[in-house]
Amino acid sequence: MSAAVEPLHRPRPASSASLELNGVHAGYGDFAALFGVGLHVDPGEAVGVVGPNGAGKTTLLRVISGLIRPTAGSLRFDGHDLTTTPAHALPALGIAHVPENRRLFPHLTVEENLKVGAFSPAARPHFIARRDHVYELFPKMKARRHQLAGTMSGGEQQMCAIGRALMCGPRILLLDEPSAGLAPLVVQQVFDLVRRIRQEGLTVLIVEQNVAQVLRVVDRAYVLETGRVAAEGRSAELAADPAIRRSYLGGH
Amino acid sequence: MDPFLLEALVNGILLGGVFALPALGLNLVFGVVDVVWLCYAELVMVGMYAVWFLFTQLGWPLPLAFATCLPIVSLLGIALHYLVVRPLLSSPPINQVLATGGVLFLLQGAMTLVFRTEFRSLGVDMPPMEVGEIFVSGTKLAAFCAALVGAAILWAFLKYTYVGTAIRAIARDREVMPLMGVDPQRIYLIASAVGGALAGLAACLLVVQLDVHPFVGLSFGPITFMICVMGGLGNMLGGFLAAFLMGIIVSVGGFWGTTEFSYVVAFGFFIVTMFARPRGLFAR
Repeated sequence: MSAAVEPLHRPRPASSASLELNGVHAGYGDFAALFGVGLHVDPGEAVGVVGPNGAGKTTLLRVISGLIRPTAGSLRFDGHDLTTTPAHALPALGIAHVPENRRLFPHLTVEENLKVGAFSPAARPHFIARRDHVYELFPKMKARRHQLAGTMSGGEQQMCAIGRALMCGPRILLLDEPSAGLAPLVVQQVFDLVRRIRQEGLTVLIVEQNVAQVLRVVDRAYVLETGRVAAEGRSAELAADPAIRRSYLGGH
Repeated sequence: MDPFLLEALVNGILLGGVFALPALGLNLVFGVVDVVWLCYAELVMVGMYAVWFLFTQLGWPLPLAFATCLPIVSLLGIALHYLVVRPLLSSPPINQVLATGGVLFLLQGAMTLVFRTEFRSLGVDMPPMEVGEIFVSGTKLAAFCAALVGAAILWAFLKYTYVGTAIRAIARDREVMPLMGVDPQRIYLIASAVGGALAGLAACLLVVQLDVHPFVGLSFGPITFMICVMGGLGNMLGGFLAAFLMGIIVSVGGFWGTTEFSYVVAFGFFIVTMFARPRGLFAR
């Protein structure tokens, strides 16, 4: 079956979608980057957003986490209207965002980075339990707990960044290009991490240029091209789609 | 060692402790808010007047006057942030410098209007202590110890609390902070309050050593800025260490020459430092 182009502004019935975007337009100043993007992520799902450089993938995540306000459209998470919620209130609602290039605090230790991730008053009482849980997930982080984050390898930094995001006790994890800038072997490890996080029952929305890898991790994916959803479907369908294979998977 | 040189050295270290507080406060605010409070020494001056007024005019006990000075100057720091800095956060740095520089003259003028230009003194002194071959001023030693306690409390705050950790984080990456659940505006306000409280503590330690007048900020303001730049603006540890270095240079320079000469040596050292290490002595 072909992952046909879905109409934009596709109306969706009221659903249990944890995260739901409809007709979202957004940009930077006069420069528009998203043109009526609609997508939804259901509880427990892992959803990918793939597409070429400059398609608006990072902008999309920045809109969801409130760093950029949409100029039009709706954005809801678990009944909350995110277009009016300040960005710094989102971790307390259960939205964690691992930004592009990880953005760790290089001069703080691993454990201090985790502590900043637990800044929300609602998260502070759970600091020790969640920290120990992160150390259980990533034993390497426990070994390096007192090391400055900036002195670790790229893969370790990605672990730390994911761990930091988990400290707010999220229900949905937004991952922006977790494999960017990493060696192929490390990329493999990072996607293994994402699989493990899924097993935790976390909902995941992951933005990636590494289409082949991400389609093996997620349930569904959207293809974003020049700020529009060009295709969407189940991972297996997209991976089999000739047009997708040609454009993104180097296949025929 | 010559006991007088040793005495100058010890006095330099004691002086460095007092320089360290305003240097820490200035670096804290700059590191977090990214704005230089050019009027920092004048906040200290207002605090000195507060202690003098409460103690000599209202007859409050000195410890109570000290304890009141801290929240007063802290509130002043909050007011400075709200009224002057915050509206200019996205303005060019030169406008921010001009605005906080304007507050410098405003505070000098206001204090001149209220208290006139007379030199005011608390009239308290602690007896000097004889340690081995040298004499150490009891007042200076007490001020030094209080400065170290203040610096230690600040260090523990920055190291162990959530807000303190966020303050150290925000100095490196402002934009990512909301994703951590941190409202940068709130951190700016807290840093301004703490920066003000440090100016208040510095005021308590200086008012027992210097007479207060509206222009007293000039006697330690410039050297405070120099210390901050030498330690690397925003680098708290660098500023702390540079404060002791400058204290020793000023004190030992004064031992070989006059006080004026000691400042020439200090500023000369500063200029050479800036040529050799423009990003500060302790820049990595």
